[in-house]
Amino acid sequence: MIIETKQEARHTIAVLVDNEAGVLARVIGLFSGRGYNIESLTVAEVNPRNKLSRITIVTIGTPMIIEQIKAQLRRLVPVRKVSDLTAEGPYVERELALVKLKGTGEARREALQIAGIFRARVVDSTNESFVFEIVGHSGKLDAFVNLMRPVGLVDVSRAGVVAIARGSEPL
Amino acid sequence: MTQGQLNGSQILLKALTDQGVDVVFGYPGGVVLPLYDELFKQEAVRHVLVRHEQGAIHAAEGYARSTGRVGVLLVTSGPGATNTVTGLTDALLDSTPIVCLTGQVPTDLIGNDAFQEADTTGITRACTKHNYLVKDVNRLSYTLHEAFHVARSGRPGPVLVDLPKDILTAVGEYLSPHEVQHKSYYPQTKGDPSAIAEVIHLMVNAKKPLFYCGGGVINSGLSAVEKLMQLVHNTGFPVTLTLMGLGAVPASDYHYLGMVGMHGTYEANMAMHDCDLMLCVGARFDDRVTGKVSAFSPNSQKVHIDIDPSSINKNVVVDIPIIGDVSNVLEEILRQWEALIHKPNRSLLTPWWNQIEAWRSLQCLRFETTDNVIKPQRVIRSLYEATRGRDVYVCTEVGQHQMWTAQHFGFDQPRRWMTSGGLGTMGFGLPAAIGVQVAHPHSLVIDIAGEASIMMNLQEMATAIQHRLPVKVFIINNRYMGMVRQWQELLYGGRYSESYSATLPDFTKLADAFGWTGLHVDKATALDEAIRTALDIPGPVIVDVVVDSSENCFPMIPAGAAHNEILLEPAKDAGKALGSEEGMVLI
Repeated sequence: MIIETKQEARHTIAVLVDNEAGVLARVIGLFSGRGYNIESLTVAEVNPRNKLSRITIVTIGTPMIIEQIKAQLRRLVPVRKVSDLTAEGPYVERELALVKLKGTGEARREALQIAGIFRARVVDSTNESFVFEIVGHSGKLDAFVNLMRPVGLVDVSRAGVVAIARGSEPL
Repeated sequence: MTQGQLNGSQILLKALTDQGVDVVFGYPGGVVLPLYDELFKQEAVRHVLVRHEQGAIHAAEGYARSTGRVGVLLVTSGPGATNTVTGLTDALLDSTPIVCLTGQVPTDLIGNDAFQEADTTGITRACTKHNYLVKDVNRLSYTLHEAFHVARSGRPGPVLVDLPKDILTAVGEYLSPHEVQHKSYYPQTKGDPSAIAEVIHLMVNAKKPLFYCGGGVINSGLSAVEKLMQLVHNTGFPVTLTLMGLGAVPASDYHYLGMVGMHGTYEANMAMHDCDLMLCVGARFDDRVTGKVSAFSPNSQKVHIDIDPSSINKNVVVDIPIIGDVSNVLEEILRQWEALIHKPNRSLLTPWWNQIEAWRSLQCLRFETTDNVIKPQRVIRSLYEATRGRDVYVCTEVGQHQMWTAQHFGFDQPRRWMTSGGLGTMGFGLPAAIGVQVAHPHSLVIDIAGEASIMMNLQEMATAIQHRLPVKVFIINNRYMGMVRQWQELLYGGRYSESYSATLPDFTKLADAFGWTGLHVDKATALDEAIRTALDIPGPVIVDVVVDSSENCFPMIPAGAAHNEILLEPAKDAGKALGSEEGMVLI
């Protein structure tokens, strides 16, 4: 039973869908049409033979809203499976970011030092710029971006959250 | 064309026939011409030409709601498709199974802003249960069969299939319905037996139980209606129905308390407020039913039986949700109830029934009668009495006349009552009546209308003549958009902003112009005679009934108020605070 509370919580929801035209629009339309929040959304094909894609949604809401989101997602015809990773047990969550810095001299050295601490890799370099690749929990990416800001950060591209349950069971 | 292969238009017609479709409501246009050419060459599927695409979809809704089958319409691209949007939304909110076939510009022109091009699947994504754009003729039969499957399974709803012109002429393979395996859409229909056992436990111990049932009972089919009746009689529990549920329990049954909600009866709403066990069957705790949610039935345990999991805990948090088809779930409840070794003593319910009788004795639906001016409620009562025992179907438009019909016309059977509940679509009634009459050519089909609503799809009068559909339209003419006027009187200081029906046509002349019979009545003493005359005329009839223009629809729960704050009549309740802040928002 749902406990009636106004307390909002962050949930990571994995959705397995038929990879067909318009399926992402259906999912996004559901969120915008009913006024739900999307913090992050990622999608890619994961099973080319059966034409299945996996969507990972990070959303925030009260328990009633989260239940509604899951029920509404399950109602969509191309949706095969909906799993609330946050509610259903331990899971691993990762995000990837590409971070561009512009600078010379001391700033470059400091940027490389910070990157070392965060285990970010250099994926592009010129005389006056770096592009770092960093993978981790979204909070770690936030911290990295914040630290890089004073040393010449000019651009950020983040992939959004992907997540998977721990243990041997598939979605 | 090799053997076994058909062109897209032929595939479409074959799919319709294999799905048992005998009637399509439609309107031709450029891109659907190949299909209309194929229609011309066959006789299996009847085409009913409407006069506006909105008429086509409401007619399909009337057909579907009165038969329980899928209603089908066929329209062209662009404006043809966009004109169905209101009806699609209407069917979505009222869970009506519809397949809407729209033409589309040829695939190689899609996205080019071609003539009569619209992004139909994009526009209708939010107002259909599902929609498809067919881009390969070999997928056409599969898509159509799946569209029918989705429209009628689970919680029914409208499904749209967008058909580019080149798909209608291309040659491809046809698959019959039994060769098609649906990928993913299989709604849960069996209820959880252990949850049902908990419900039985609550039912045994309830002192003030109440069934609150909606359109889901009717959508589930005749067996659901029969089981509900059995359960009501075997338990002796009172039952109330939503606007969409009218007819699920005979109005004449002692256990029936009348409609619930904003314009429901005093006894139904007070029972909702005071009950200790609410058994919600196929209804969805809509805001017109619950009123102020924070004050909604504060002391009851709530059970919710619904086939749509997203209806559970959407507006009101319930104690025991049961996902499943109403018929299956009621069957299991009935089985477990009958298997009880110690059935609860019915006398335990006596205090509850005494309380209900006390509420009933207020006779909340009574109204004054006079010899000169006609009271609108009188028209509905007279119509009800004149058609009692006849094979009658009733449609309405939206507004005061709709609520008066819901209150005063007693429905003893399901699928006899077609109204726009969730969306509240003015202009629904006349085309819906046309659809009902097409499905039931020998029955009496009535549209009870307001003089404002009827103006919204008036063009369909021509459809009735062309297809010899003898629908009877009764206009409850009070010269106002009555429900708007009522709210302006009660909530906006009597400032009747734009709610007066100025420059109305002469409805009898209008009837003449379309080839209908027109009658006009403005004296109470002449009403019954006019009704009898109208019902005896073999063709379509408009009866323009001029009624008291200041009559309001009561009882009324002001928006944002609780059930026990129901108003019975203005004079008696003068001074009660009408329209809270929350209520103004809900309007």
